[in-house]
Amino acid sequence: MRYAMAIDTKRCVGCADCVVACQTENNVPEGFCRDWIVEETIGAFPELQLEIRSERCNHCDDSPCVRCCPTGASHYEEGGVVLVNHDECIGCKACIASCPYDARFVHPEGYVDKCTFCIHRVREGKNPACVEVCPTHAMIFGDLDDRNSEISKALRTRKHKTLIPEAGTDPHVFYLL
Amino acid sequence: MNEIAITSGRMNQGVDPVLHAWTWEIPLYLYLGGLVAGILFFSAFFYLRHRENVFPAAIKIAPLFTPFMLAIGLLALFLDLTHKLYFWRLYTTIRWESPMSWGAWTLMIIFPLSIIWSAFWVKDVFPRWDWKIPFVEKSIDFLARYKAYFAWALIAFSAILGMYTGILLSAFNARPFWNTSILGPLFLVSGLSTGAAFILLISRSEQERHRFSQIDTFLIGTEIFLIIHLFMGFLASTSVHIHAAEMFLGGPYTAVFWTLVVGLGLLVPMFIEIMEMRGVKVPVVIPAVLVLFGGLMLRFIVVDAGQSSRWLYKFMEQLIF
Repeated sequence: MRYAMAIDTKRCVGCADCVVACQTENNVPEGFCRDWIVEETIGAFPELQLEIRSERCNHCDDSPCVRCCPTGASHYEEGGVVLVNHDECIGCKACIASCPYDARFVHPEGYVDKCTFCIHRVREGKNPACVEVCPTHAMIFGDLDDRNSEISKALRTRKHKTLIPEAGTDPHVFYLL
Repeated sequence: MNEIAITSGRMNQGVDPVLHAWTWEIPLYLYLGGLVAGILFFSAFFYLRHRENVFPAAIKIAPLFTPFMLAIGLLALFLDLTHKLYFWRLYTTIRWESPMSWGAWTLMIIFPLSIIWSAFWVKDVFPRWDWKIPFVEKSIDFLARYKAYFAWALIAFSAILGMYTGILLSAFNARPFWNTSILGPLFLVSGLSTGAAFILLISRSEQERHRFSQIDTFLIGTEIFLIIHLFMGFLASTSVHIHAAEMFLGGPYTAVFWTLVVGLGLLVPMFIEIMEMRGVKVPVVIPAVLVLFGGLMLRFIVVDAGQSSRWLYKFMEQLIF
């Protein structure tokens, strides 16, 4: 089981519903966000292209945050999801320094927090909050090991990319081009 | 043109606009760790070469400071944690892939080692010292029979302590400025150099000062060599690394680094020490203090600059530079 997310850059309009849904579902403290919208403009006027992406923790296969955690608080769970055990996190911030995607932050309660792929919802068979709420159905979440899942089919049929693959972490969030 | 913006507005405290998770506590600890590594290394090394009578400050007096320096360093580390009540979790496991875990355990070993090593020499430095508790007196006399073994252990662990602080930072490949294997040897040499400078400062023997001046000059030369290679490596690497090096070659860190660390901390003391070896009389406190200051500045600047370098969202740097 390998959980992954695919975001269709042709459908994402940058409405930030996913940002708000995540904050509501996970009680993200005010002033922090676990996911965010990035707009990239390429070219020179009038030949311009715009790519809109919803970014978050990439739940990397070879994540530096798990590798450098001195207590094992940052760990892999089912499907390769990277989670932080609040009772083991000492707040040393090594994981924050080691994430090339700058996806983590220090929660006011002291431990380190980030996107969890809404694993509490996934375990009940539901989609993560951001995927559920997306008005253009731009986001897909599923199991890469299941050939017939929507995400596997999307990655087979559409051109896609990941962010800074040269960082060497093998991310699990794909952007359909 | 390639323009990126975070339109949902992201300003996560400590991460945006640039990472500032680590402020003064970490550089202070890295400095004290390197200094202690240097002092203990020289103390153990020259003890094994039977130089107790020739280098009394290096072998006997300097180590007395190390438990206190380590205690301050560890306190600084503890203050840096954001989930302090759980700090003990560091010692319920050892993670072989995490340099921070290696560091936690190395300190766990070297702290008692430094206390025991200092205890061996206390009576030599303070002849009227009385341990008061007979058990303590007997234990130290018992352990003192194995001084050579402690010395070998200290050589190994002080080298690990001096080197791991650099390896710790270089393991964070997400911070391009730290992502170089030169940082490990650089911090080790810097730690040894500050240790030698500290010994120079407290030594009262002409012969000892002369020898440690020579050692320090050699170490400073090595440090300059490593710093040159640090930048050569970045400039020959990827665009994020070139961008990180440019912070020091015309960017915001240029002035502080080349004047405080390289100028005042390395070149000026090296020049003074070479002049001293040629007979020019200079109070030894000047190069020693400059080297100690330079080492502290090196740690502060490297920790700060590393956090300013990143792979993504470089547009955020506009907000602070």
